[in-house]
Amino acid sequence: MRWLFEPGFFSSHPVHVAIVVGSIVAVVSAVVGVFTVMRGQSFAGHSLADVSTAGGSGAVLFNVNPLFGFVAGGVVGAGAMELVGVRRARGRDLATGIVLGASIGLAALFLYLSATHSSTTGASQQILFGSIFEIDGSTVAIVVVLSVICLGIMAAVQRPLLLSSVSMDMAAARGVPVRFVGLAYMLALALAVGLSSLAIGAILSTALLIGPAAVALRLTRRIGWAIVAACLTGIGATTVGVLLAYDSYDWNSRHAAWPVSFFIVIIIFLAYLATEVPLVRAGSDPVRPLEVDQ
Amino acid sequence: MTSVSVSQAGSPELMSVEGISVSLSGRQILDDVSFGVRAGEFTGLIGSNGAGKTTLLRVILGLQRPSAGRVLVLGAPRGGRNRSIGYVPQKVLLDPDMPLRARDLVALGIDGHRFGFPLPSKERREAVDAMLHAVDADRFADSRVGTLSGGEQQRVLIAHALIGRPQLLVLDEPLANLDLRSGQEIVGLLDRIADEQQIAVLLSAHEMNPLLPVIDRIVYLAGGRAASGTTEEVVRDEVLSALYGHEVHVHTLHGRILVVAGPTEESSISPGAITGTI
Repeated sequence: MRWLFEPGFFSSHPVHVAIVVGSIVAVVSAVVGVFTVMRGQSFAGHSLADVSTAGGSGAVLFNVNPLFGFVAGGVVGAGAMELVGVRRARGRDLATGIVLGASIGLAALFLYLSATHSSTTGASQQILFGSIFEIDGSTVAIVVVLSVICLGIMAAVQRPLLLSSVSMDMAAARGVPVRFVGLAYMLALALAVGLSSLAIGAILSTALLIGPAAVALRLTRRIGWAIVAACLTGIGATTVGVLLAYDSYDWNSRHAAWPVSFFIVIIIFLAYLATEVPLVRAGSDPVRPLEVDQ
Repeated sequence: MTSVSVSQAGSPELMSVEGISVSLSGRQILDDVSFGVRAGEFTGLIGSNGAGKTTLLRVILGLQRPSAGRVLVLGAPRGGRNRSIGYVPQKVLLDPDMPLRARDLVALGIDGHRFGFPLPSKERREAVDAMLHAVDADRFADSRVGTLSGGEQQRVLIAHALIGRPQLLVLDEPLANLDLRSGQEIVGLLDRIADEQQIAVLLSAHEMNPLLPVIDRIVYLAGGRAASGTTEEVVRDEVLSALYGHEVHVHTLHGRILVVAGPTEESSISPGAITGTI
């Protein structure tokens, strides 16, 4: 087993933290992600990631915990996107595009200033591609609190959210407060994107949000199982990603470990490719014999 | 001109639409529309595309605020959350990849508006099974809704709307994307359900002929105005000509009704239209 688990893997504190935080973030992303993919809102997730990037880079510049920056950026972005309105799709496209450009521009400025005015040289790497091996104890506590809030929101709104995903009018006619439910979901999405940005970086955060959910939706036709499958895919990808990144330290003589984010994203990508294999895609076959359930 | 309500006879009204007008961004969509729906009756809301059918249904469902008029349900102004009306919208987002089985969508009809986790109960499951059976959807109860055909999806959506035990079932163009046979099956199903459960059905369509065997009353929308009554009372030359504001003729051919514009090309153009082009 030594070739797989490098010496020190089980005793290294940063590795433990990385696996715990990675798993928590994977679960949050998976739960929110299943709804995001189902609602066809992966673009919204990507937009929030861009706004989060600006928030995170600003936080680094002002010596604040980047996680706060990611989440603050995401929440402000989510609020703005809801304000512009869901119905005016065309206007929203333009507004979103312009706001996103400005966000990344701000992020570029903040990261440049961080690099030139202070000694935080790793800021760009940390914000854009994640810092799962450098998470301190207080940040872990914040991650747990934000995750509980996010999962709490999703647990509360799941049924009205599912109904309004099928049809806004149908939900509204039944008395679902669709605006409120939509806003609550956007808030959860902003939290998930912020947490994911911390783990694998702002640029890649949507991979953890969308990827495991997309894999899961190909495997099962029940939403409960889709969420479970997405969580397992996400946890598997982050854990194996951390393991491989740790191993990669010894892959070359210069002892330069490869980034965790790369491994996590590639594992998710391979899992998605695997679901294209016909045998795995049983869940969506309408003529398949009825499964025994309930 | 105001709406014509050609007949007033029958049982007390389950729902009445009183003088509804709607203007959207300066354009008058509905102009003083009034009609009533009675328990156990099947009403067809007929009009061409753009006649204001969907807007009228949205007002009835409380999704659109009218600029004038009101909707009474059982004699009282409808509240914001009225579950005595079940709704089958025209467009639903049902992607084949959506992890939602037919039975899940029907179950959402029971408690989809509630927050938190559902409590799995035998009673709930049995209610869903019974509803799926009532709309002949047992066969595809465990398939993803997105993979079903248009007619099958309509059945599931009808079950979703009915399981909340509404007194009025509102359907927006349920036959629009169906082939003739599926359309006939849906119409037959609705007729049977209206009869069995003693609920009123209000269904919009741009083509009245598939509905003629089953509808008790018709609400004909043209140019934002409405005429209502039985088919014989409403679908007549003078009523429809008054509604359209120009001469139209009603022809019956092999039991099918055709509404055509006036006798000659010239006389069917209203003076207003001519002024408008200059």
